[in-house]
Order: sequence, then C-alpha cells, then structure tokens
Amino acid sequence: MSDSTSVLDRKGLGVTSRHDTWWLSPLLIFLGLVAFGIYSTWAAWQGKYYVDTVHGADYLSPFYSPDIHSLLGINVPFSYAFLILWIPLGFRATCYYYRKSYYRAFFLSPAACAVGEPAGRKYKGETAFPFILQNIHRYFWYLATIVLAFLWYDAIRAFLFTGKDGSLHFGIGLGTVIMLVNVIALTGFSFGCNSLRHLVGGKLDCFSCSGSARTRYKLWGGVTILNLRHMEWAWVSLFSVGFTDLYIRLCAMGIWHDVRIIH
Amino acid sequence: MSTRLFKVWRGDKAGGQLVDYTVEVQDGMVVLDAIHQIQREQAHDLACRWNCKAAKCGSCSAEVNGKPRLMCKTRLDDFVEGQTITVQPMKAFPIIRDLVTDVSWNYTVNKKIPPFTPKPDTTWLMQQRDVDRSQEFRKCIECFLCQNVCHVLREHDLEDKFFGPRFLVRVASLEMHPLDSLDRTALLKDEGGIGLCNITKCCTEVCPEEIHITDNAIIPLKERVVDKYYDPIRIALRVLTGGGKK
Ligand code: SF4
Ligand code: SF4
Ligand code: FES
Ligand code: FES
Repeated sequence: MSDSTSVLDRKGLGVTSRHDTWWLSPLLIFLGLVAFGIYSTWAAWQGKYYVDTVHGADYLSPFYSPDIHSLLGINVPFSYAFLILWIPLGFRATCYYYRKSYYRAFFLSPAACAVGEPAGRKYKGETAFPFILQNIHRYFWYLATIVLAFLWYDAIRAFLFTGKDGSLHFGIGLGTVIMLVNVIALTGFSFGCNSLRHLVGGKLDCFSCSGSARTRYKLWGGVTILNLRHMEWAWVSLFSVGFTDLYIRLCAMGIWHDVRIIH
Repeated sequence: MSTRLFKVWRGDKAGGQLVDYTVEVQDGMVVLDAIHQIQREQAHDLACRWNCKAAKCGSCSAEVNGKPRLMCKTRLDDFVEGQTITVQPMKAFPIIRDLVTDVSWNYTVNKKIPPFTPKPDTTWLMQQRDVDRSQEFRKCIECFLCQNVCHVLREHDLEDKFFGPRFLVRVASLEMHPLDSLDRTALLKDEGGIGLCNITKCCTEVCPEEIHITDNAIIPLKERVVDKYYDPIRIALRVLTGGGKK
C-alpha cells in the first residue's frame, strides 16, 4: 500500500487531515497520568503521615495498605509503600484501558486516530519485549484483588473510633466516607476488568450448555455492565485513591481536621 | 438556499490534489449527496463508489475532514456552518481514482480464515444468548474504515503480518459461535498477528455499525490467546492433564 503515500500523506509525526482538536485528549491524559505519577511517588516516598489517628480515628492511606510494617513487623530501609505499590502499578500498567491511554498519550502510537506517528521506529505492538508482558494482566488482577480486600477491611475499620477510655465505638467521619467511596471506586474498576470478563464467562462459546455455563453467563453479564464504563472507573478510582491519601495525610499532619459526622 | 465549499481529492496513482467545488446545500443533505451534486453539475468524471445511500452496503467509505467515515452517513449539519468540508479517499489503500481505492487486499485476508465448521453430528438448536455475540459481529458491512484507520496497517504497513480489525471481528464471530468446532487461536497469534494490535481503539471509533470491535472482539480474542500461549499456570495444567480446547 505504499503507492498512495506520494499522493496522500498519512505518515509522520502529527500528519493528519483532521481539523478538530485531536491533540486535546492525549494531552489531558498525559497531564493526568504525569500528575498522578508525581504525587503518588512523592507520597510513597514519605514513609510517614500515612495513618491518621487524631481524635480516635484510624484511617490508613491506600498507598500503605496492607500495613506490612505493623502487621509483620517488617522493617525496610525505604518506605514500605514500595513493597505494595508495584501491585496496583502493575495492575494499572497492564490494564487494557490504560494501555490504550498511554500508548496514545506517551508513545503517540497513535496520538489520535488517523494521525501520523513519529517516524523511525520498528513497530512490534505487543508481540515483543517489553509489551508482550501485558499478557500477564490477569495475574496482576489476582494480586490487586488481595490488596483490594485489605482496602475493604481498612474502609470498614474506619467506621470504628477509639474513645478516651480506649474502647472502640461506631462513628463516621469525612475520612470514613472518603475511604468508602474510594474502595467502591476501586472495586468498580477491578471488577470491570477485561481479563476478569473473559475468565468468569467470556471464554465460553456456549452460555446455555450446562448449569455452570448459565451461572457464568450471569457473572459475565455483571462484569460486562462495569466493563462498559471501565474508562470512567479507571479515572474515578485513580483520582479517589490519590485524594484519599492526600486527605489522610493532611489530617495526620494536622493541617486539616477531619469532620466527624457521627461521633 | 446556502452554499458550502467542498475540497475533493482528485487524482490517481500518479498524483492528485484537492479541488474546490461550491455546492448548494439543502436541509438533511449528507456528504454523498454533495459528491453526487458535484458529479452531476460540475465534474461528470468524479469517481466515487456507492450503492445503498443507507449506510448498509459499506461502499462509500472516505475521509471527511480527515476522519474515516461513510459519506452517506455524514450529515452536513454535523459541521459548523460555513466550515469547508474536505473529502479524501481512504488513505491506507492504494488509489484507483479520485475517491475510489483498491480494497482487494481485504478479500485475500478473508480467504485465510477457515469458515464456520460445525461438528458432523450437530444438533441445530441455539439459544439467543449464545449467538448474541456473533450477531453483533455479523452487523459488519465491510466498509473497511476500521482497516483504513488501524495504525498497524495505515502507519506501519504490516499487511503481511496482520489481519486487521475487520477480520479479527470475523474470527471472533466464528470462535464465539456455539456450534463451531474449530480452534483458530493459533491462526490469530501467528498469521493473524493479533499481538500487533495495541488496543488503541481507533477501529471502534470509526465503525459505522458501532460494533465494539476492541472490547467485544479483539480483547476477548487476546485473552483466548493468553489462555493458550502465555498463562503459565494454565499451560502447566494443560500439560499435566493432557487437555486441549474444542
Ligand atoms: S485497536 Fe488494534 S485493530 Fe483497532 S485500530 Fe487500534 S491497533 Fe488496529
Ligand atoms: S467492523 Fe465496522 S468499520 Fe470494520 S468493516 Fe465492519 S462495519 Fe466497517
Ligand atoms: S482491563 Fe482494566 S483492569 Fe483489567
Ligand atoms: S452508499 Fe452504501 S454505505 Fe454509503
């Protein structure tokens, strides 16, 4: 198909006949992912202010959950957040939606549809290292689901406050609500995963050929509902996880005072 | 009655350029109407392909203001009033003349896909939910807009290594069919080159039939390839149990 290049340009960085603002979406994605990357690296680096215990609260930042440090008494010479964060990082980096977004926004491959790409690269897609590793996404799903279980524990634990006498009582603070919303957003993201959609039922060719196939059809339908909005879940949960850390951090530092809705 | 400026690509293999035409615009007009008006009144030799004018035959694919679209499904009132409309042929296929391209490569790819093959003793009974997925893919009108926009073909010229989204959709419709008995996973991975797709979704963006090409066809097929070739536990289990699929 090379004979049409001489008469109708289609290749080369930014070559396009589009008149619209095709560059806006990759630019926003680029900025959004860079902003999150900078904040999360900084927050993970800190190694402190990740638990807010002011006025009896027990809010744990999602960047530091599970609290390996307290649970196992492990001491590492760096912030222990790095022992955990490779899991959600690997999960998101191999997610089909994020793949699309960073191939577009960072690798310009392509930046937008019918827009030319930087010249001089031999394109191998996901057939060669490193991108062939995207195929292990489902394993990151398994690991991320374990982390998610801890985040649910943390969110439920955030409903309990320590009284002056040391006893625990039910309560709700703004931090509780933020942690709950965050874990719901993360669940919506994880359970709309394309790999999960395949594993629970998509791999079947016949949905009504057995009792288990019929059950799996229902599960597949459920995952499909979330999967239809996977992009939205991806962004909402990315924002919520960063914001939850920020909120808890500000409370722990004493810069912000948690609002108690039910004492 | 208002008018609108069109720039239409005119030329052939040897070269060409955009030519200006001013068209009288009526309510409800689509780009194909304008092209026909130009043909009728200003340039009788303007070549374009069309058949149904109902977005069903897949013949009138072109690039309108740089976006791959069906000319008969692109309304003029989708564009800001007064905006010039540029019409070019599909850029990823060899030019024949003006807006007509040679899409025959697609038919050679199609021949590489083993067709629907039921088991010899098939009972011809299917539930609707078992064919829903294949039916979505059967909506394809073979406009080849997805093939045209796919950067694996358009930018990287990997026609000899990649089937393109339209034919991954076709393989998906066969692989997910409850009565089909073949396994085309090896074909997908090797000759079909499914790993070359980086799921950037341009095919889905341009599909006039709104087939969820990536989410419902390509990604599920990639996952089937993972089952067979990349999932270490699954491979180990298969080796231990001596099992295969289908
Ligand atoms: S998602 Fe894959 S098949 Fe579709 S246009 Fe992009 S690279 Fe091509
Ligand atoms: S899948 Fe959609 S875009 Fe591709 S050929 Fe079929 S109808 Fe056209
Ligand atoms: S595809 Fe996005 S989380 Fe699996
Ligand atoms: S003329 Fe048939 S699809 Fe446009």
